[in-house]
Amino acid sequence: MEKSDRVGSASGGKDYRLMWKELGLNLEAHDQLLNILGQAYKDIYMTQENRPKGMQYLDFVISEAHGLRIEELMDTKKKGNKVVGTFCVYMPEELILSVGGTCVGLCAGAEIGIDEAEKVLPRNTCALIKSFMGFKLAGLCPYIQASDLVVGETTCDGKKKAYEILNDYKETYVMEIPQMKTERDKVLWRGEIVQFKEKLEQLTGRKVTEENLRQGIKISNDKRRALQRLSTLRKAIPSPISGLDALLVNQIAFYDDPLRFTKSVNDLCDELEERVKNGFGITKNGTPRILVSGSPMAVPNWKVPYIIETSGAIVVAEESCVGERSTRDLVKEDGKTLDEMIDAITDRYLKIDCACFTPNKERIDHIIQLAKDFKVDGVIHYSIQFCTPYTVEAHKVEKALQKKGIPMLKIETDYGMEDMGQLKTRIEAFVEMVRG
Amino acid sequence: MRTAGIDIGSRTIKLVIVENGQMIYSAITDTTHDPLKQCKRLMDQVSFDKILATGYGRHFFETHFDTPTVTEIKAFARGAKALFPSCRTILDIGGQDTKAIALDERGNVSKFEMNDRCAAGTGMFLEVIAKTLGYDLDEFGKEALKADGNIQINSMCTVFAQSEVTSLLARRQRREDIARGIHLAILNRTLSLLKRVSTAPDIVFGGGVAKNPCLKSLLKDALGCEVMIPKDPQIIGAYGAAIIAGD
Repeated sequence: MEKSDRVGSASGGKDYRLMWKELGLNLEAHDQLLNILGQAYKDIYMTQENRPKGMQYLDFVISEAHGLRIEELMDTKKKGNKVVGTFCVYMPEELILSVGGTCVGLCAGAEIGIDEAEKVLPRNTCALIKSFMGFKLAGLCPYIQASDLVVGETTCDGKKKAYEILNDYKETYVMEIPQMKTERDKVLWRGEIVQFKEKLEQLTGRKVTEENLRQGIKISNDKRRALQRLSTLRKAIPSPISGLDALLVNQIAFYDDPLRFTKSVNDLCDELEERVKNGFGITKNGTPRILVSGSPMAVPNWKVPYIIETSGAIVVAEESCVGERSTRDLVKEDGKTLDEMIDAITDRYLKIDCACFTPNKERIDHIIQLAKDFKVDGVIHYSIQFCTPYTVEAHKVEKALQKKGIPMLKIETDYGMEDMGQLKTRIEAFVEMVRG
Repeated sequence: MRTAGIDIGSRTIKLVIVENGQMIYSAITDTTHDPLKQCKRLMDQVSFDKILATGYGRHFFETHFDTPTVTEIKAFARGAKALFPSCRTILDIGGQDTKAIALDERGNVSKFEMNDRCAAGTGMFLEVIAKTLGYDLDEFGKEALKADGNIQINSMCTVFAQSEVTSLLARRQRREDIARGIHLAILNRTLSLLKRVSTAPDIVFGGGVAKNPCLKSLLKDALGCEVMIPKDPQIIGAYGAAIIAGD
C-alpha cells in the first residue's frame, strides 16, 4: 500500500462506490458509517500526542479498511483464492493460509444496524453479537460480503444460536469448541480441525500439504511473534506507546495482509525499542498502569481504553482475545508430518483461555501473571453486557486479584454512549484510588 | 489560603470555602437549565484563591474555568473523613447517582460502586413519586416515617413505580403507607449496593436524600447501627473538594 495523507476516513481517497455497490452494501448507510468512524478515529486517535511514526501505517490501514483492503481481497479472489471471514481467535488461520486463502475478522465492534439486529435477536443480547448481525442485515460490512466462507464457533450460547440465524443470510460454517480441556475434548477439537481442513480443501480445490501448512504456521507465528514483541516493549516504565495505539495494532492483526502487517509491526517495535532505550515514554513517570481484562474489543470499540487514557492512566496490556489471548501461544514448528502439524495446531488453540471454558483457572493465573509482569497498578475488568462467560467469571478474577492485593474495577458496558458519564466517573475514581 | 470546592450535581450545585482547614462558607443553588450561570452566581458571592470542581458537571466546569477536577467519590471520601474521622463507609444518594464507598483506616478509598445505567432509588426517583402522592419533598419522608403499613412496591423504574403508586391510590391504600413502601424499596436497593462494598461502621450518609428522615431511620434499623449524617449532608463533596484543593 502507498502512504496516504488522508487519515480518519475509512474510505481513503479513492472512490470505491462501485465496488461497494457490487458487494451489495447499503451505500447511503455505509457513507454515514464511514463518516462516524472517521470522526471517531480523529477524535480518539489523532488527538494523542507523541505517537510513534510507525503508527502512520496503522492509520493508513484504518483509513483504507473498507477501501483498498477490500480491493485487495477482490483481487485475490479474482486469482481464484478464497476469503474466509471469522469472528473468533479460535479459527485456525494456519489452515486458511495453507490453501492460499485470506483470513479476515468480520465487523462486530460498533453499535450499528441495531434495529435490524433486534428484529431477529432478543434485546438482551451482547453488543458484539448484535453488532455482527446488524452489520450483515444492514449491509454495512464489506468483509462479510467479500467472504467465500464465514466460520462461526460455539464459544457461547448467544453466538451459537445467532449463527443459526446468520446462516439464513450468509452460509455460516460452525466449528464446535469444546467447553472443557480433557483428553476427550482434545480429540473432539482435533476432529473439528481436520473437518475444517477438509472443508477448506473442498472450498478451494487445493490440498493442505506438509509444505504449505508449514508455511501457514510460520506466517501466523511470525505475526504472533511481532505482536509479542510489541507487548514486551509495553513492560517498560514508562511505556513507549499508548494502550489505544497498541490495541489498534492488535485489532488490525485481524484484517491486514499478515506478511505486510508483521513487517510493519516489527518496524514499529524497532522504533519503540529506541524509545525505551532513551527512556522516552508516552506518558509521565508515575502514570498509573492498567491491565484491561475481559471481553474482546473489536474495531472501533475503543470506548473503555479511551476513557482510561483520558483519565490520567495508561493501558499497558489487554488480557483479551484482541490482545494477549490471541498472541501468547505459538504453534510448535517442529512437526514433520501433516498429522504432527495438526496435533501442534490442536494443542496451541486449546490453550486459549476463553471464559467459555470450565474450569478456567488458566485465565486467572494469566491475569495475575500479566499484572506482575507489567507492573500494573490496577486491573479494569471489562465485559460486554450480557456476555455471560466474562461477566460471571469476573467474580473469580476479582477474588484472586484481591488476594494478591491488586485493585480491580469491574465494568459491564456495551457499544452505546449512554453510560459514558458514569463510566468516566467510575474509571477516574479508580485511577485516583490506585494512584493513592 | 482560601480554597473552594464546587460540586456540580444533576439537581443542585454546592460551593464550600475552606480556610486554615475550617469550613467558613457554604452555599447551595439549583442546577437549573443553565448550570454555568448558576456556578458563576455562586462564585461571585465569595472570594477564594483556588477552586477544584467535582460532581457530574466537573468536566464542563473544567472546560469553562480551566480548573482541576476530582471525582465525587474521592471528594466525598475526603469530606466525610474530615467531618467524621471514624468514618469507614459512605453512602451518598444524590439526584441521579447512588454511591457506596469503603475507606481504609487512613481514609483512602479502598472500594466503591455506583449505579451506572439506571437512576432508580435516587433523589429524582423520590421527587417524582412524592409529587405523584401529592407531597412536597420535606413532607414525604416525614409522613412515611409515621406510617406502619407494609405495602410492597415492585417497580423500581420511575415510570412504572409511578403507575404502581397511582393504582395503589385508586385501590384506596393510605398515602403514607404507600410512601413508606417506596422508602422500603429504596432501602432494599441501597442495602444491596452497600453490602457489595462495605457496611463497616461508622457509616456516613450524605447527598440530598440523606435529608430524608424515613430513609435514615430505616437504614439505622436495617444496619443495626447509627448512621451519621452531617448537619448539611449535601455539601460533603464540595467540602472534600475544597480540602483537596488545598493539598
